Amino acid sequence: MGPQHPSTHGVLRVKLKLDGERVISSECIIGYLHRGVEKIAENRTYQQFAPYVDRMDYVAAVSSGLGYCEAVEKLLVVEAPPRARVIRTILTELQRIASHLLWLGTHALDIGALTPLFYCFREREEILKIFEKYCGARLTTHAFRIGGLQYEAYDTFEKDVERFCKDFESRIVEYEDLLTQNRIWIGRTKGVGILTAADAIAFGVTGPVLRASGVKWDIRKAAPYAAYDQYKFEIPVGTTGDTYDRYLVRMEEMRQSRLICLQAIENIPAGPIMAKVGKVLKPPPGEVYHAIEAPKGEIGYYVVSDGTVMPYRVHIRPPSFINLQAFDRMVRGHLVADVVAIIGTIDIVLGEVDR
Amino acid sequence: MADEPKEPKPPQVPTGEKPASSTPAVSTPPAKPADASASAAPPKPAAPVPPKPPVVLQTPLDNELVKRFRATLGAALFEAIEDRKQAILTVERARLVEIARYLRDEEKFDMLSDLTAVDWPKREKRFDVVLDLYSFAKNERLRLKVHAADAEEVPSVVSVWPAANWQEREVFDMFGIVFFGHPELKRILLPDEWQGYPLRKDYDILQQDTAWVRENLGIESGQ
Repeated sequence: MGPQHPSTHGVLRVKLKLDGERVISSECIIGYLHRGVEKIAENRTYQQFAPYVDRMDYVAAVSSGLGYCEAVEKLLVVEAPPRARVIRTILTELQRIASHLLWLGTHALDIGALTPLFYCFREREEILKIFEKYCGARLTTHAFRIGGLQYEAYDTFEKDVERFCKDFESRIVEYEDLLTQNRIWIGRTKGVGILTAADAIAFGVTGPVLRASGVKWDIRKAAPYAAYDQYKFEIPVGTTGDTYDRYLVRMEEMRQSRLICLQAIENIPAGPIMAKVGKVLKPPPGEVYHAIEAPKGEIGYYVVSDGTVMPYRVHIRPPSFINLQAFDRMVRGHLVADVVAIIGTIDIVLGEVDR
Repeated sequence: MADEPKEPKPPQVPTGEKPASSTPAVSTPPAKPADASASAAPPKPAAPVPPKPPVVLQTPLDNELVKRFRATLGAALFEAIEDRKQAILTVERARLVEIARYLRDEEKFDMLSDLTAVDWPKREKRFDVVLDLYSFAKNERLRLKVHAADAEEVPSVVSVWPAANWQEREVFDMFGIVFFGHPELKRILLPDEWQGYPLRKDYDILQQDTAWVRENLGIESGQ
């Protein structure tokens, strides 16, 4: 299957060993989008490399950018000012909703439900408009800078976010009306691609896929970054770890992200948006591993500094790459038609798998 | 956008020892963090604005975990430091699997969240293989490091954490480090027939496997 196949969300090639319609084993062949991002990092300054991380998970660029900026800040031993941290939190949560919407639309489309795609893109558009107004870009935003933010929030920023959040409450109900009780949807997702909690941990799976297997773990709670320690939200978990559970977990996560945004815009602290960092960044020698909860799971940056203006080594731990490893475990014994559902439910972006 | 400021990087690649001699104000040799600040203060006690003591970022680590580790696996622990509040243990390469199993079962580091490598070509053992572990029970992270010379094999930890499978393949792909006992060690991101290991420091950013590119893509250069 693949690499050019509409349901593989990019250029993933899967070798399937079949017995009739049943999958006996599978092998993922990846690397078609490999651009050597980590090598590029070693030949750019810390600031110059920042836009490159947006091009890994290009449907959740804000989250990748936040992880990189915070990793370098940790290396420099500086902290972004409170105002910057709150604005970062709002944008990152909007990005989570946008990423989940894109996942929901395409995942439902793969399984045969056409309508949710249009609904999801309608709301996603609103979020992208907010990004565009904020920083001029919709996808590869480069919204944050090392040390804080480049841009102040625009005049109607709070109002726009609030209006989106107010509308969005009823929109989620619309999606759920289409799918949650839908017999075909349930038939295609329940009991499909089960991943037990023990397997999920062994394979290093993180994010909604891990939570759907019943592990209540979210880096926003376990090691709060940005401004997450100030807000109340729940971590939804599943019970069986099947495709249907992963659907429910992501739906609830969108609701929680919406609540975080509403709490955050109530009180955005005044003050500077940029910490005191020089124009030339020379972090003291040492190393840092910093992980944040991206929409797809733990995105980690391992950055080594030798005291010069360019990173000595940047390694990215992409959630899509690691989560895709569990694909073989999830797909065995299922029908060929379920393969499409299982690829969709892991929520991968090949730009991030291949880097 | 980023082609202009090519810094003269290659000559100043450090040797893996901390480059303390070149930038004494910023860098802090991990070996003697305490007396570094002490020796900086005495020379001019009367100065109204005493020079800022260098910020100590790397300190030796000796917490409960390290004590227990020493008691059980003693000689396998080469160095334990803390860098920016992160625990880093450098351990013996040959006993990596035993150590991994101990950390997973006894210390509850049940998830391998990241596995990668760093190349320090001027060092006798040029590669660091770096493992980032996470414990759900303790909500704690731990970094393990082993050193390996060019042709030395590193024991594979796939039997301990299946998550290592693709990550070790990626390290093999990019650095050419062979993981002993890996179930299926082959390239993962680059084509199987590719020659060379791009993340080694001696592999230039513009370098490529020209023969492969010519044969498979039918063009002179991929640049």
